[in-house]
Formats: sequence, structure tokens, C-alpha cells
Amino acid sequence: MNMLDKMKKLIKYYEEVLEMPHRTEVARELRDQDDMFLLLLYSEMIGIPNPVYYYTLELYPHIIEDFHDWHLRMGMDKSPLTGIRCC
Amino acid sequence: MNAILMAVIGLAVFALGYRYYSKYIAERIFRLDPDFITPAHKYKDGVDFVPTNKFVLWGHHFTSVAGAAPILGPAIAVYWGWLPAFLWVILGTVFAAGVHDFGTLALSVRNKGQSIGTIAEKFIGRRGKILFLFIILTLVLMINAVFAWVIANLFITYPASVLPVFIQIPLAIWIGYAAYKRNMKMLIPSLIALAVMYATAILTAEVSWLQIDLVSYMGGEGGEGLFGLGAVSTAFMIWIGVLLVYVYIASTLPVWKLLQPRDFINSHQLSVGLIILYAGLLFTNPTINAPATNADADVSWLPLLFITIACGAISGFHGLVSSGTSSKQLNLETDARFVGYFGAVGEGVLALISIIAVVTLFSSAADFSAVYSSFEAANAGGLGNFVEGAAILAGGLGIPAHIATTIVSIIVVSFAATTLDTAVRLMRYIIAEIGSEYKVPALTKKHVATSVAVLSTAALVLIPEGPSGFGSGGYLIWPLFGTSNQLLAGISLLLITIWLKRKGVNYLITLIPMIFLLFMTMYAMFTQVFFQWAWYGDSSNMLLFVLGAIIFVFAIWIIVTAIQALSGKFDDELEKHRD
Repeated sequence: MNMLDKMKKLIKYYEEVLEMPHRTEVARELRDQDDMFLLLLYSEMIGIPNPVYYYTLELYPHIIEDFHDWHLRMGMDKSPLTGIRCC
Repeated sequence: MNAILMAVIGLAVFALGYRYYSKYIAERIFRLDPDFITPAHKYKDGVDFVPTNKFVLWGHHFTSVAGAAPILGPAIAVYWGWLPAFLWVILGTVFAAGVHDFGTLALSVRNKGQSIGTIAEKFIGRRGKILFLFIILTLVLMINAVFAWVIANLFITYPASVLPVFIQIPLAIWIGYAAYKRNMKMLIPSLIALAVMYATAILTAEVSWLQIDLVSYMGGEGGEGLFGLGAVSTAFMIWIGVLLVYVYIASTLPVWKLLQPRDFINSHQLSVGLIILYAGLLFTNPTINAPATNADADVSWLPLLFITIACGAISGFHGLVSSGTSSKQLNLETDARFVGYFGAVGEGVLALISIIAVVTLFSSAADFSAVYSSFEAANAGGLGNFVEGAAILAGGLGIPAHIATTIVSIIVVSFAATTLDTAVRLMRYIIAEIGSEYKVPALTKKHVATSVAVLSTAALVLIPEGPSGFGSGGYLIWPLFGTSNQLLAGISLLLITIWLKRKGVNYLITLIPMIFLLFMTMYAMFTQVFFQWAWYGDSSNMLLFVLGAIIFVFAIWIIVTAIQALSGKFDDELEKHRD
């Protein structure tokens, strides 16, 4: 490995150090948005009227995998929905 | 003595400590297992739990723990001569800080990546959590007061640093916006920001009307200020007011908008600062003219040395970083040695150069005695001495003295400002947590909690009277900051000791530093609170007396808890939480 490659590697490492906390924050912001979206999707089941219920219903199979993590993040230790028994 | 020799001895001890002592701890005591599934893998969520390369994680860990405190503490402590400060920094880093930072990281990794506060609740029960919350609350309050004073003091002493520091704010917002909304890479924008800052620094150092010198606007040091106060006192009040308004806004904004981009710029400043100072040391090859020990000291080094240098020798704050973020991102359990122990070594290296910068500043021992004439003078002037000394080291690389002092003061102010911002944010979370613990819902609101944090900081930093009157005595809080930081480290060491005891391994490596720290802090607080600050003491000060007494009670509380925990009183609690 010549000097230039070593420099490139060092800069890449340095950039990685800089970007690590930033990536975490962006991911957190995106997750917050997702959580909000999931809340809208599940709203009908927890008693909040959802005017587009029939459309969001179609999304259920796609988001069911994330359901367990979501309800834990929302501060509910057990699944709030009787229809979904994840834990 | 030659300063390069001092640096070489210090670095060699750090290297030996890392090579042998941390290896012994990793293999024989913590028994780190490369096959253990770390929380970063087990709970991987792409946000908090992310397996990260150990070098990258070390870089992040180090930049999070290094700040203005490992610079200020040693700059004050050289009052007792360079030898006590030097020995405490190198031995403290190897036997106390390294073990503490490494231990909190390993403990947290073995407890689902939970933070020290949660682990305290698990090991000791609700009482442990409350104790922990109050100690951190005291710590962050002291940090706020001390660093608000540090920044105001540097702005008054080095008015050329004001403009570059304020320019950092819009630059940081620009980087945050570019990185977050436009998904731009951060390296180049943050380097540009740094270049703009330093270019402004050169400009302000050369052009006197660009220096925002409040004291001279009011007619110099003897001038009249506002409300019948002196010019310096008024300048302190104005700067502290401005800073507190700034931190109120900064700490309620989302992290990516201001705090994080400031951190990018500060990471560069940390690297630039360390490289310039160590390279400058090689080029200038200075001699240490300060005495090894100060025979004329008006207060004894025992026990005050151990609370004057907290960060740089051992700091409880590191445990919050180790267990708060780093433990959730550790790829292999065996990486904990490098990230935790070597992180502490990094901080030790910073504290070491701070000692060297200050002790090489003087041309003779008499010169040293004139500047460090009393402990009070050391407290008030330590930081200024570091800036001057560091500027001389930077002079070895051909940087003119007036520009070097401006840049060094900018670096210290930037570190202090980020710490202030983080500490106010942290204080807001703790106030909210205490609010929910004691069922006071109003305290859980963002703006209520921030207002409480900022107003209590304002009270604490403005009340103590320094030599320049109202508002200039924030440095008086420094021993209390050191003490609360050491107490926090004491709790973390206690938790690690309980953990090791339950594992059935030798727990002396954490028990001895814990006993040493608790003894020294108790001793220091006892003599200061009851013989100096009390109404019948030598330098009576009711504010310091009350705060010191509260911290003294915390110290007793920790000791009682430690004795109970080590004699097995909380075994039921531990049993309940056993996986």
C-alpha cells in the first residue's frame, strides 16, 4: 500500500468517525416518522378513527414484522392488539 | 527538567498501562469473550444499536469525553508544582480512569447496553437510581456554572476570540442543514467551516476594531458599568447572560441542527490542537522552570489535588458516555479494552500536554511563584496560563503569539460551549426524570425543565463574587465540580465492584480506586466545608457551604450504600433481575 492509499484510508476513517453520530440522528428522526406512520395505520384498532382504513389495511402484511419493536418503543410492554400476538 | 522528557515518560507509562494492565484486566478480571453476542448485534436497530468498527468507535468515544475540563484542571493543579499533577494524571489514568471507563463499558455490554443509571436501579434498587440522578444533577449544574464562567472569562481576556466563536454558530447550522436535508458529506463542509473560523481569528487578532472588548467599551478595567457595577463585572454579567440565552435555544433545538455540526468542527479542533501542541513541543524543546513541588503552598495538595484534576485522571462523566452510547455500538466484547481504556488514555494525553503548556510558560521559579501566588490565584488564572503556554508551544511551528493565543482560546471556548450545551440538555432530561419520579408533571415539559436548568445555572454562576466582583467568581465552583464528578465515578466503580464480586473474580482493581476516590473526596469536602466555607471558617461563603454540605451528604450516602452492597444487602434485588 503506498502513501496515497494510506492517506485515503486515514481520511475515510476520519470521515466515518465524524459521520457516525450523525447517521444515528438521521436514523432516529426517520424512525420517529415511521412510528408516527405506524400509529396512523394501527389507529383504528386502538380506537382512533382512521378515514383511510380500507387502504391502510392492505399495508398490514408489510408492517407486521416491525409491530413488536414499535409497540415496545411506544411504551407498551405487551401487544395492544388482540389480533396480533407477537408477545 | 526537559519538557520532552516529561512527555516521553508520561506517554511511556500510558503505553505500558494499556499494553499490560488493561490486558490483564481484560483477560483475567473481566474475562472478555470474543464470541459473546454484544447488544449492538443482539438488539441491532440501525439507530442506537449499531455494530461499529473499534477504531471508529474509539474516535467517537474520545471526542465525546475530551473537552475543556482536562485542560483546566491540570492548569490549576500545577500550583502545587508539576510533580504532583503529573503523577496524578499518569497514575490516575492508568489505574483509575482506564479501569473506570473500560469497566463501565464492559458492565453495560453485559447488561443489555443499559446506562449506569438503569444498572444502579437494577443492582441497588430505586434508592440507587435516585442517588444517581441527584449526583448527576449536581454534576451538570456545576459544569454549567464553571463553563459559563470559563467562556465569559476568555471572552473578556481574549476579545479577539469572540467573533470567530460566534461565526461558528451559523456555520454549524449550515453544515447541519446541508448534511441533513441535502445528504451532503460532512468532512469538506466542516473543514471549510474550520478554515473560515481560523481565518476570522487571524483577522480579529490583527484588526483591533473587530475585537468585541466589552471592558474597553466601558472605559477599561477601572470604568463604570451598568447598575453601579464595575466594567469587568458588567462584562461578565453580559457575557453570561448572552451565553445562557444561547444555551437555552441550543439545547432545545434538535441535535442535528446545531450541537452535532458543532461537534464535527470541534473534532477537527481537538485533532488540530493536539497535533500543534505536541509538534510545537518537539520544535521548541522547552525547559520546565516551574518547581517540582511548591513549598510555599497556602493550601495542602492532599486531598485537594484529587478533586482539582478530575477529568484527565478519572472522571465519572466518562461512564455516562461509555454506558450511554459506546456500549450499544461495540462490535466485539473484546473491543471494550481498546475503546474504553484507550479512550481514557487519550484524555490523559490531553491533560499531560495541558500540564506541559503551563509549566513551560515561566522563565524562572520566581516567575512561577509570582503568577501562582495562592490557590485562589491559581484557580482564577490557570486557564489564562494554559492559553499563554499553549501559544508559546504553537510558536514553535511559526505561528505568531497573538494569533496563537486567539486560536487556543477559541479551541477552549468551543469545547466549553459544546459541554455547556450538552450539560444543559442533560440537565433538562434529569429534571424531567425527577419530575416523573416525584409526580410533578410540570417539570417533564421541555421548556419548563430547560428554564429551571438555565435559571439555576444563572444563579450559581452569578452569585459567587470573584476578585472583579459580581459574576466573576464562577471558578470557585471548580472544586465542587471535581467532587461531584469523582462521586459519580465512585458510584460507577461501586457497580463494577458488585458485578465483579458476583462473578467471583478479584474485585480489588475497582475497589481500591473507589475507596481512594471516596476517601479523598470526603476528606476534601470535610476540610473545605467545615473549616473554610462555614460561617466560622477562614474564607466563609454560605453558597459554597450549602452546596458543599449537600455533596458531603451524597458522599456519605454513597459510602453507606457501598458498604451495604458489598456486604450483600442488595442481593435480593440482583436475584430479581437475574437473567
